[in-house]
Amino acid sequence: MMLNADEQSMLEGKHGKACQKAMELLLRYGEALGAERFVDTTNIAGVPASANKFLKDYYSEYYTAGRDEYDVIFSFFDLDSDELVEVPKITTNGCHLQGGIDPENWEILGATPETLRLSQASEAYAREHGVKILKTCTPYLAGNVPKHGEHCAWMESSAVVYCNSVLGARTNTEGRESTSAAMLTGKIPDFGFHRDENRFGTHLIKVEVEVSSIMDWGMLGYFTGERVLEHIPVLTGNYHNADLLRHKHFGAAAASSGGVEMYHMVGVTPEAGTLEAAFGPRRPAEVFSYGAVERRQTWDNLNANARTTEVDFVMLGCPHYSLEQIEEVVSLLDGKKVSENCRLWIFTSRLVRTMADQKGYTQAIRDAGGVLLTDTCSAIGQTIPKGTRVAALDSAKQTHYLPAFMGIEAWFGSTRDCVNAALSGRWNGARP
Amino acid sequence: MNDKNKAKTITLHGRKVVGGCAEGEALVTRETISGWGGVNAMDGKIIETRHELRGVSFKDKVLVFRGAKGSSGWSSVFHFTRLAGTAPRAMIFNEMTTKVALGAVVARVPSVTDLDRDPLEVIENGDWVKVDGDHGIVEITKTRTSAA
Repeated sequence: MMLNADEQSMLEGKHGKACQKAMELLLRYGEALGAERFVDTTNIAGVPASANKFLKDYYSEYYTAGRDEYDVIFSFFDLDSDELVEVPKITTNGCHLQGGIDPENWEILGATPETLRLSQASEAYAREHGVKILKTCTPYLAGNVPKHGEHCAWMESSAVVYCNSVLGARTNTEGRESTSAAMLTGKIPDFGFHRDENRFGTHLIKVEVEVSSIMDWGMLGYFTGERVLEHIPVLTGNYHNADLLRHKHFGAAAASSGGVEMYHMVGVTPEAGTLEAAFGPRRPAEVFSYGAVERRQTWDNLNANARTTEVDFVMLGCPHYSLEQIEEVVSLLDGKKVSENCRLWIFTSRLVRTMADQKGYTQAIRDAGGVLLTDTCSAIGQTIPKGTRVAALDSAKQTHYLPAFMGIEAWFGSTRDCVNAALSGRWNGARP
Repeated sequence: MNDKNKAKTITLHGRKVVGGCAEGEALVTRETISGWGGVNAMDGKIIETRHELRGVSFKDKVLVFRGAKGSSGWSSVFHFTRLAGTAPRAMIFNEMTTKVALGAVVARVPSVTDLDRDPLEVIENGDWVKVDGDHGIVEITKTRTSAA
């Protein structure tokens, strides 16, 4: 890789040991990618210094008096360094994405006091090192909205696809190690979506059946990811109501069933004013149609392991719910009570939770027997109510992950289907 | 031909992703692999619901696969496999992405890509595979006489 003077001096250790180790890791990573240079980035979203019991125990021999134990985790894991370094305050606009538990409702999530302590200590460490604690998979709903063309280094596949596709900012799907290293250096390899020539569409999806509800957009996203895998789809046709929430569910689904990091919707997304603009010099490698048959097949794939109609858990908020979605649930609950055989968990960010508190939604959900939670979700925290056998979910992404993680059945449907399941304890969602 | 019992060796040339040398039995999938939510790092098993390798561990195998998909936790999961002692011995893959590149780097296993023949066409489960990451060389000893 070609390094500029700035990067060379970081590598030589002139900006301190931690910065040197970060640059070494980024260089190994850039060379693995086959990148030729770095780009400067000041917008970084990661999970610096997160700790679980496994990591904490793994490095136990290094915890000595006078040493910050999170410096140990940051050095050895985040920076993949073989040497313990003292970590300075970050020099970039770095934020922390979702975490493992809700610090307020940790007992509901089945966390131990030890897990809470670990989570709070790593949060304090990140905050003291200048990281903004957003604790959400939706930073773009919590104050971090990159501008068009801005080079970012983001983790969280659903946020990455939103950043590239909807905002027109530029990021690859970074990992924990690369984002932590970028927070110290402000550098990330100039690869993939940072470069104009890699942002054009590769595959065409013709949407023939009407796609308008959030559930429709989620299924279309899941279908798109299954078909194009990690390539760049261009969608045309019969989609409607393209708003933030629908993009959020579409992108999260496409990033889970495939590896979609960017998509174009002709007439909707900023780099797809026309079909020609979306493809640029490329021709579509393949063309797919999304009609009623494909929609039904997608629903069947999502519901592949669901058999039992008694539902004992309803989880909403993947990706983290916006205030409007919480409002919708409150209105669907309509003052009724969640079935005594069922639990209702709704996840959002701390920021949106604060707004929900002010609107009285948090209390309304509590009155119905549900709970509004922050920071995490069932898949990330790997937590479901004790004894859960069958879940109902309104997120294609969560449906993709949760049964695999927790060994449960899961139904996928609309938010209304899910709230109805919470109230009655039975799944009654319609197959489209 | 009468050399049916003689082991057949094929050499492929590609590009270094992570240096070092390792060898082992091949575990091959034409599918992409999801790290977080697709792999249990504690035993190296694939856990993705509809994956053809579901329930199979890549621990101590040479993992031959199309590429990475899914969550940005990919690198962390492969990083954990190194710490837990469940990492593959080497990785050979077709499609370069940031997930697989960073995952290979922090797993610290010899890895190559951009091979001159499609490794998914040439390598079968059970073949003995040597990977020279520094020179981007893959040497395959076939275990089935009819193959490739």
